Amino acid sequence: MKPSLSRRDFLKTGSALVISFSLAPELAFGQAKPAPLPGSLGTNRMLDSWLRVDADGSVTLFTGKIELGQGIGTALTQIAADELDVDLKRIRIVHGDTALTPNEGQTAGSQSVENSGTAVRFACAEARDILVNAAAARLGVAASALSVSDGTCTAGGKSIAYWDLVADANLKREASAKIKPKSASEHKWVGKSVLRRDIPKKMTGGAAYVQDVRLPGMVFGRVVRPPSPGAQLVSFDEAAVKRMPGVIAVVRDGSFLGVAAEREEQAIRARELLKKSARWNESASLPPSGDGLYEHLMKSRSADSVVSEKTSASAAAPAKTLNATYTRPFQAHGSIGPSCAVAQWREGKLTVWTHSQGVFPLRGDLAKAFAIEPANIHCIHAESAGCYGHNGADDVALDAALVARATGGRPVKLQWMRDDEFQWEPYGSAMVMKLSGGLDAQGNVVGWTHEVWTHPHNNRPGALDGVNLLASWHLEKPSKAPTPADPPLPTGGGERNSIPLYDFPNQKVVKHFLPEMTMRTSALRTLGGYSNVFALESFIDELALAAGADPVEFRLRHLRDPRAKAVIEAAAQRAGWQPNAKGDGAHGRGFAFSKYKNLACYVAMVADVEVDRASGKVRVTRAVAAVDAGQIVNPDGVVNQIEGGIIQSASWTLLEAVRYDRTRVTTRSWADYPIIHFGDVPQVEVVLLDRPEERFLGVGEGSQGPAAAAIANAIAHATGKRLRALPFTPERVKQALV
Amino acid sequence: MTTITVNGRQHEVAASPDTPLLYVLRNDLELNGPKFGCGLAQCGACTVLIDGKAARSCSVPVSAAAKSPITTLEGLGTIDKLHPLQRAFIEEQACQCGYCSNGMIMAAKALLDGNPRPSEGEIKQALNEHLCRCASHNRIVRAVQRAAKEMA
Repeated sequence: MKPSLSRRDFLKTGSALVISFSLAPELAFGQAKPAPLPGSLGTNRMLDSWLRVDADGSVTLFTGKIELGQGIGTALTQIAADELDVDLKRIRIVHGDTALTPNEGQTAGSQSVENSGTAVRFACAEARDILVNAAAARLGVAASALSVSDGTCTAGGKSIAYWDLVADANLKREASAKIKPKSASEHKWVGKSVLRRDIPKKMTGGAAYVQDVRLPGMVFGRVVRPPSPGAQLVSFDEAAVKRMPGVIAVVRDGSFLGVAAEREEQAIRARELLKKSARWNESASLPPSGDGLYEHLMKSRSADSVVSEKTSASAAAPAKTLNATYTRPFQAHGSIGPSCAVAQWREGKLTVWTHSQGVFPLRGDLAKAFAIEPANIHCIHAESAGCYGHNGADDVALDAALVARATGGRPVKLQWMRDDEFQWEPYGSAMVMKLSGGLDAQGNVVGWTHEVWTHPHNNRPGALDGVNLLASWHLEKPSKAPTPADPPLPTGGGERNSIPLYDFPNQKVVKHFLPEMTMRTSALRTLGGYSNVFALESFIDELALAAGADPVEFRLRHLRDPRAKAVIEAAAQRAGWQPNAKGDGAHGRGFAFSKYKNLACYVAMVADVEVDRASGKVRVTRAVAAVDAGQIVNPDGVVNQIEGGIIQSASWTLLEAVRYDRTRVTTRSWADYPIIHFGDVPQVEVVLLDRPEERFLGVGEGSQGPAAAAIANAIAHATGKRLRALPFTPERVKQALV
Repeated sequence: MTTITVNGRQHEVAASPDTPLLYVLRNDLELNGPKFGCGLAQCGACTVLIDGKAARSCSVPVSAAAKSPITTLEGLGTIDKLHPLQRAFIEEQACQCGYCSNGMIMAAKALLDGNPRPSEGEIKQALNEHLCRCASHNRIVRAVQRAAKEMA
């Protein structure tokens, strides 16, 4: 991969409609707040920050959202092609570049189509209007008389193309969002399973990833991390490492230790020798594991808040009350490719090629760590292996930049080794969910409480105080870690999806936020959503069982939202759900439902499991999901996300927990962190309920929570035993069956 | 100096003999197909064919590969002239991030070379020690079946 176009190349004047990149107009003091604009247009208000049209017949989209294999680049071009009336092939797209694209924060939370897609849609609709009016003026016809086909505007035998109008049409203006985007019936590309534009190069060895960036004079870096959190570097044999072939620099700053070498394998060997000779002061800082972890969490200092409360004076008193406690361990993102970055310093300015999910927040934290102006740092996104949230992507960017300070301007490509990633990526928080529910004499839920204990789920770069980059805390002059915080409601972090969508007359949801992390935690796909839905939807089944009701009927009876009911009915129908069917001791099926974040896509699921009673091994044999994601841009893209989410969740649910003792994380390789293999992958069917006149609802994290609960419910259905502690390993299952 | 034959061409490489083949392919030959995933032969992202057999290039010293023809993803086909497996992976949209795809395609190539009409179970078995974290497994199996059909 060659370095992407420079800002100067992109901003060359003369041949483009956009002659300079403009930021949102600064507001004079005392001026009124700007009018709200849809999606990310609200924070990036200029049309030319979203697209440009060039005289060479190309259209370039700029998005702050990055491609991480979810297909966002393809979906955005589908939206743009429809609004602009140009062919998909004309559209180029630039993702996440601090010199070129809008700042859309993080690519996270299943919000890219919702936020960036909405902005692109309105920006392109307005750009088309400007271009068509310019064409009308040139041709001397009414704009309404023009028809547009692949950018060529035609009326009465005369025509002119967008690319011939670069001098006439000015996109350097604030969006008004007054031009109504097309209706679904006018769409040519939206709603079609267009093949993803990023896949062909990935299947043929094209330069597709940050690992494929190669620059002149580039050298290779590695880090030597402390053996445990909080360990201090006492000594190491620098001289021996410096004598090794190819070694260019050994960088030590406090407890940060890194190395650069001419060749990659030389850097790896140097890392090994450094590890061998390094002496560290370690302390036992990690929490207990096993059941002790959850007792520990519930006893930790917490900031408590009521997430939701509802009372009804008229509801009956419960005739029966159930209580249950569910747990989830620390879990890893486990990217197949360890985190990687390329960094280069030139005349005090830093350029970083990074797979960060947020190049602007990363730039801000790098600027703080190096005490330089953000304007002196250029972060350019390049893909890596799927991250599923906040893995080592940002941290490795700082590592590479630290090592690159010692290479005399030569760029450094630094990739973490497998054990770096497993031991130092921020984990998804361990959590405890304690639920209680009351049933009236008719078997309806009249009371519900949900308490959740959780560490923070969003320790990404970009916090107001401090720096959220690993190495910055290990330097001789360390940065302060920011005050741990969770995203606020309505999306929430640890409390995400803890508020039932069911209509219960009395309900109370309480969050016990545990800011003192004994393990570093941050965003893992769904944040708290996976475990809250696991608990909530398991508990609904427990209540249904106590009420003698069928799980599907029981859910429907407590729901009012017609879209929720529709996905539940669709999943039950496709799976051939038999009300009140009995499990046979080894085979069972479970149901679950959620609306991600209570405001994104609706997913209902049926899971079939097979339990080997002798070994305790659970296999999910089939999963059926029904999804309502509002208007669907790319149906196959939605299916891919939903089915991937189900299978990944099956892996989390049946297998995954980070291992550690009181001092060290002992998960170092895939042998210590097994994930699902081909032989255990369920067959998956996805039913899409397209609602073309509804707004987009994000899908990337819609199926993980329901999948966990459906599996738990299926095991209970098969065996009569309720499992409440994730993951459902053979040992746990066997124990439960005794 | 070690001489290796990759995708039908001979290369002299100035790496020490114990260098894992992966780094020679990626850094000396600038091939992007094989990926670093674990360095422990656990995940399969670095898979290449050595003498027609699937091998984990992160754990094979370059000297051990010097006597045999090596094929990488780039040796199967190009964007303009796709191998049926590459075409099938594109048609089936058989990835999300695509980082594991190299290993999947190379292992499938080795499988199909020896067993042109594998059953679903045989495909899963052949790929079982290849990790995919985005969970595109079912699409990958469909892609291999599609390629097998095309090649038959």
